[in-house]
Amino acid sequence: MNAAFLYGSAGILLFALGLWSFLVHEPLLRKLIGFNIMGSGVFHLFIAVAHNGDGAAPDPVPHALVLTGIVVAVSATALALALNSRLEAAAAKASDAEAGSRGAPERAPSSAHHLRWPSQ
Amino acid sequence: MNRDLALLIGILVSLFAALLLWIFYATLVGDPVARLGPLALEQLPASGVSHPVTAVLLNYRAYDTLLELAVLLVALLGIWSLGPAPSGFRPAGPALTVLANWILPLAILTSGYLLWVGGHAPGGAFQAGALLGSAGVLLRLAGHERAGLPAEAAQRWLVVAGVAVFLMVGLLLAAFGEGFLTYPKAVAKWLILLIETAATLAIGATLAAAYVGGRPPGIRSPCPSSESPSSGNPSSGHARS
Repeated sequence: MNAAFLYGSAGILLFALGLWSFLVHEPLLRKLIGFNIMGSGVFHLFIAVAHNGDGAAPDPVPHALVLTGIVVAVSATALALALNSRLEAAAAKASDAEAGSRGAPERAPSSAHHLRWPSQ
Repeated sequence: MNRDLALLIGILVSLFAALLLWIFYATLVGDPVARLGPLALEQLPASGVSHPVTAVLLNYRAYDTLLELAVLLVALLGIWSLGPAPSGFRPAGPALTVLANWILPLAILTSGYLLWVGGHAPGGAFQAGALLGSAGVLLRLAGHERAGLPAEAAQRWLVVAGVAVFLMVGLLLAAFGEGFLTYPKAVAKWLILLIETAATLAIGATLAAAYVGGRPPGIRSPCPSSESPSSGNPSSGHARS
């Protein structure tokens, strides 16, 4: 039980750290990393809960939930990253247009590509 | 963000974590409650596989797994709907190319092994699919623009394969068998293997395509986007060669 409690507590700690980072930091990429750390904490907790004592077979139900959860979390992260990169490209484009309308000739004509993630 | 606000959030989150810890401790030391684990292990001989996690995923909670595959598909559709994929990276150096040449066949072989071994030991469609997806990521990093995936039409078939086979098996069982995704014991193993094979391919293709980060390259979108994915980007030249 001791090992399960320590492992599960570490999961709760990770969850809390991720939640704090998610709430406090402004950039979406940081929020996304915090969100993923929260998810890892939940996975830790589930694995700890599945522990049935040394030598005994672990509970398969939480294991199955974590297994699919990891793959789903990866795909959701990919969607969020794609959204984030489009947002950044759109923001760069908008600031370009603004600079263009104010007639700033020193500005490079298309900086959107330089700001785009991950081709940078 | 305001410093005081960040501190307040930190204190509230700490209190929340302490509450969670207390609940977790109380659950661990409290009276054991009825859990699904023993039931899952007890019913294992009837499930068609001998590894309990696979039995949970593909038999007892098959609904859940079907919907998770649907979530994967929806996430990829979301990524594709955002526009064409950004162009690839610069060409890989000779070391990475050789490494990819060595690792890719091994990854595909290991993926097949994981798929088969899932019936009686840790393994199964999700692990095998994740490994296939990582092989695709490696290919994309090594300069392959489509991450090793086939052209768009075939890619669409691949990414829906998991949900489609799963649903078809379920509907056939509902029509001619004992109910939606209630496998007859005699063929349960083979139905699970069939679903897992399709799911492995679908998960691998979906993860690799998600890493590419947009609609597959070389596809004409119905409404031409004003911003071409490769125009003016110096790093995209290699990809056409």
